[in-house]
Amino acid sequence: MAANVETIEQVQAVSEKYKYGFVTDIETDTAPKGLSEDIVRFISHKKNEPEWLLQWRLKAYRHWLTMPEPEWAKVAFPPIDYQDAYYYSAPKSKTDGPKSLEDVDPELLKTYEKLGIPLKEQEMLAGVAVDAVFDSVSVATTFKGKLEEQGIIFCSMSEAVQNHPDLVRQYLGSVVPAADNKHACLNSAVFTDGSFVYIPKGVRCPMELSTYFRINAANTGQFERTLVIADAGSYVSYLEGCTAPMRDENQLHAAVVELVALDDAEIKYSTVQNWYPGDENGVGGIYNFVTKRGACRGRNSKISWTQVETGSAITWKYPSCILQGDNSVGEFYSVAITNNMQQADTGTKMIHLGKNTRSRIVSKGISAGRSQQTYRGLVKVSPKASGARNHTQCDSLLIGDRCGAHTVPYIESRNRNAILEHEATTSKISEDQLFYCRQRGISQEDAVALVVNGFCREVLQQLPMEFAVEAQKLVGISLEGSVG
Amino acid sequence: MSESTATADILDRFGPGAAMAGTPALPWLERLRAGARQRVAATGLPTPKLESWKYTNLRPLEKLIFGPQAQERISIDRLPSLLPQGQSAQRLVFVNGLFRPDLSTRTALPDGVRAGSLAEALAEGNGGELSDLLGQIAGSGEGQAMLDLNTAMMTDGFLLHIGAGVRLELPIEVIYLGAAPREPQAFHPRSLIVMEENSRAIVVEHHDGIGDGAYFANHGCEVRVGKGAELRHYKVQAEAEDAIHLANLHVEVHAKGVYDNFILTRGARLSRNEVSVRLTAPGAECHLNGVYMLRGDQHCDNTTTIEHLAPETASREVFKGVLDERARGVFQGKIVVHPKAQRSDGHQLSKALLLSDSAEIDAKPELEIYADDVKCSHGATAGDMDREALFYLRARGIPEETARHMLIEAFLSDTINSLAAEGLCPALMSSVGHWLSDAATGGEL
Amino acid sequence: MLEIKNLHATVGGKGILKGLNLTIGAGEVHAIMGPNGSGKSTLSYVLSGREGYDVTEGEVIYQGRNLLEMAPEERAGAGVFLAFQYPVEIPGVPNTTFLREAVNAVRKYRNEPTLDPMAFMKVLRGKIKELGVSDDLIKRPVNVGFSGGEKKRNEILQMALLNPALAILDETDSGLDIDALKTVADGVNTLRAPDRSVLIITHYQRLLDYIVPDHVHVLAHGRIARSGGKELAQELEKTGYAGFTGEAA
Repeated sequence: MAANVETIEQVQAVSEKYKYGFVTDIETDTAPKGLSEDIVRFISHKKNEPEWLLQWRLKAYRHWLTMPEPEWAKVAFPPIDYQDAYYYSAPKSKTDGPKSLEDVDPELLKTYEKLGIPLKEQEMLAGVAVDAVFDSVSVATTFKGKLEEQGIIFCSMSEAVQNHPDLVRQYLGSVVPAADNKHACLNSAVFTDGSFVYIPKGVRCPMELSTYFRINAANTGQFERTLVIADAGSYVSYLEGCTAPMRDENQLHAAVVELVALDDAEIKYSTVQNWYPGDENGVGGIYNFVTKRGACRGRNSKISWTQVETGSAITWKYPSCILQGDNSVGEFYSVAITNNMQQADTGTKMIHLGKNTRSRIVSKGISAGRSQQTYRGLVKVSPKASGARNHTQCDSLLIGDRCGAHTVPYIESRNRNAILEHEATTSKISEDQLFYCRQRGISQEDAVALVVNGFCREVLQQLPMEFAVEAQKLVGISLEGSVG
Repeated sequence: MSESTATADILDRFGPGAAMAGTPALPWLERLRAGARQRVAATGLPTPKLESWKYTNLRPLEKLIFGPQAQERISIDRLPSLLPQGQSAQRLVFVNGLFRPDLSTRTALPDGVRAGSLAEALAEGNGGELSDLLGQIAGSGEGQAMLDLNTAMMTDGFLLHIGAGVRLELPIEVIYLGAAPREPQAFHPRSLIVMEENSRAIVVEHHDGIGDGAYFANHGCEVRVGKGAELRHYKVQAEAEDAIHLANLHVEVHAKGVYDNFILTRGARLSRNEVSVRLTAPGAECHLNGVYMLRGDQHCDNTTTIEHLAPETASREVFKGVLDERARGVFQGKIVVHPKAQRSDGHQLSKALLLSDSAEIDAKPELEIYADDVKCSHGATAGDMDREALFYLRARGIPEETARHMLIEAFLSDTINSLAAEGLCPALMSSVGHWLSDAATGGEL
Repeated sequence: MLEIKNLHATVGGKGILKGLNLTIGAGEVHAIMGPNGSGKSTLSYVLSGREGYDVTEGEVIYQGRNLLEMAPEERAGAGVFLAFQYPVEIPGVPNTTFLREAVNAVRKYRNEPTLDPMAFMKVLRGKIKELGVSDDLIKRPVNVGFSGGEKKRNEILQMALLNPALAILDETDSGLDIDALKTVADGVNTLRAPDRSVLIITHYQRLLDYIVPDHVHVLAHGRIARSGGKELAQELEKTGYAGFTGEAA
């Protein structure tokens, strides 16, 4: 554990910049390094999974071996050595299986408190239930009882596999098939935990559900899998946040999120992604290769993605909506900030299949330092999607002359009764606005944060209140040192 | 060795005899051809697996078996000219890629202007001068298989050289005709336009077909717009129904030069205009505009790249399409602003009208920006014509068919009427009119 | 309060101010008048520290400190306020948020406790009432979609909130109708105090009918060509700047 102590010291030295960069000193249960069928079996066995799930994993693993790395995104990094990482790391616990809060290691509770996520229910903000995922496993889920009263299932994926196998089997991989892309395929083979949500018919979830992801162990990949099912007429708002310690090596985070909205159901999914971005010179940081997709299966269903992406060395992420049900609605609101050496290639896909389906995309990209950022999006209208409507607005803001901002939209329409509109602009942060703020006494850095927050306002307004305030602060912190 | 076999295979398909008609064997030209030949052999022809060819498949090309180069008798009175007699400074006619002096009208040009056939110029011994230009403006980068094929196989083409300070007021008209009454024809015309400092010219290209036979026109064109020079370069593509028309256009614009391009597409079953413009010095400017009108199983792809390489460069781009029946339109427009190109300004717009339930539009407007002090934007829309407007016209007693035509004309006309060479607008609008009257447009409401 | 000595400044390499001298005492109201292009706006930007306005010679002493060495926000903190000729639009930033950020930033410079949102709203409501600014103005994003008059009122509102020691009004009267002009003038007049100085930069005399200056200066060719009392403004109204527009002797 010497390495940890060292890291903690380093972290303390620079913790002003990335305040989530600490490491929790905790005993972990770790699988041997590397990836093989045995590791896949090990994970499945550890989790006491049914045979069908093991077979599903193995099939994915075998397929993964045959898949080439996706190379179309505008990001550059050395080839990933998949054998040089741990695929399972869990805080050691005295008892296996689901725990109550009392059983959670106090060290872990402390970690989450430090992150601003108290897990003790009495300390929690009213109206937010949290599932905390630490490295490979879910360590605590709050307010479970209260939610159960309404028939809402909110638990870790591991628990869901044990307690609700039929639901898991019905929906797992139904939105993101195991072989969808290389990263999702790897996730299908080795996913360790994640959150599972089921909202029964006609139930409006009384509180925000939230997952907090934390990578702690070194050399560990995190492969969580989240599945949210909103049954007919239900509503849920789900939030996720992510942080990781500062480490010199790159860590892989390849998550999969699947959302299913049935008739008249609505899912609002918000993310504030603040994984460790690496240092000013691009050393370390998380590779955030995430597949997020929602299926609006039912009529009049709605899925809304809101993301604030400030962390990670590399972001590769396209939260998408498949608009199958007639009159269904997909939304994507995104703020992505890259600074220093960060690279982000992010956007969305809106696939219009049903009649009168509507989608709206608002993307605000801010590039600073020597970072490169790309908006990549697809809007596709099938011949059957009469009356489909899309509006896309992509705005990029450049801060400094060494960064890049790119926009790559794909607009494909095969229906005359569909109306698609796409607009994009690129501009620099306005000197006039900065000077105006400074003349009123606001410092250069605060002025940048203020102007950029204004630029992102349309998106930040979509976030639930608690997150919006955090996100606004994060905008400022992420851009520190970018001007001047 | 498989490479040479592959070379032979690919090139052989496009007709025997790649030598430029009547040209002496010039070592530099042979080297240029050999390099291009090797590259095509290595990569093969583009497939949709390539990002830049995502939406266009050259499979129809594979099905054609080309016969030997043939020339047709054509009456000079049957030439499909856009410009009335006396409205052009020169009319140069090429049939199946070869220059036809018998069909051309070559009136005297001012000093410092040379307009004619590339093969002619090479035969006259202008080789040295051309070696610095031909293939050099386009460069020999990767991903230019069709241009490489053209370089390897080029036979003849249009050559224009305008000396410093010369201002040509009347347009030069270039007519390319395809005719394949017996066997399918393949030809690879190569053009070169060089505008010296502060010169001005208007070039109008008209591409048309005689009869119904299938042919493959694979054009390559290189343009240099010198300091302060201005070129208006307009093209009407009305090839025969079964034709395949591919055109690669490479342009470099120097300080304060203006390149003004317009492409109207209404012919060919499969066509692609690939335009690449490099704005190399401050004040350089380009306008890329186009309209396309397609029906049946027509497929047209307009793929453009504008590179802002220097500060204070500007670009404007508007493409509008009307797609009926099972037609498919593709627009891929990329604006790249390089790190040094501060205070650049680039705007791009793509609009498509879908008139039928089976038509398709794929648009990919792209910005790649590496400088912060820039103003760049793009927009894209797709949809049916404005039903309210249609209803309004009908409510005023205008028959539906006429009302539709009026709205389509209105949709396309602002792009055409904003062209700098105003004198050409009526001719271009009449080309739109031709298309509209060719068949009833639009389906049921 | 403010002492400008032999100030030379260039914009884009072009000399605009060429040896300007001006002293403003505490509580005084000075007006600088001059024809277009005489350097009026340059003076306001040099005093507020805008980039691109380079001082090549001379000095500016403000309350005993070298003003030119201070960053724009430090000057604001020290009490220098510029009412912009063209107030800048900042999309997405609510006016209230902006005003609170500014007020708290300036309070920090002055070692005063910052105001929490509730306390700030109370102060803001008071000022709005006092100045007759509409409620709507503070909810909208900063200056976005404001009319010319609304923008200028917003400037005066900011001035009232930031409590400056030296207020510089750059062509604040331009584009205002008579009612707006009165509102703006009333706003400035209520701020007149023994410890506060005002520098009015204007082309026309009409604002000076409502804000009566103690001293009037004519700026021409980058320096003060003539100084006088308030009657000088009236004289200029009659004679124009004809006497000042020719090449300086």
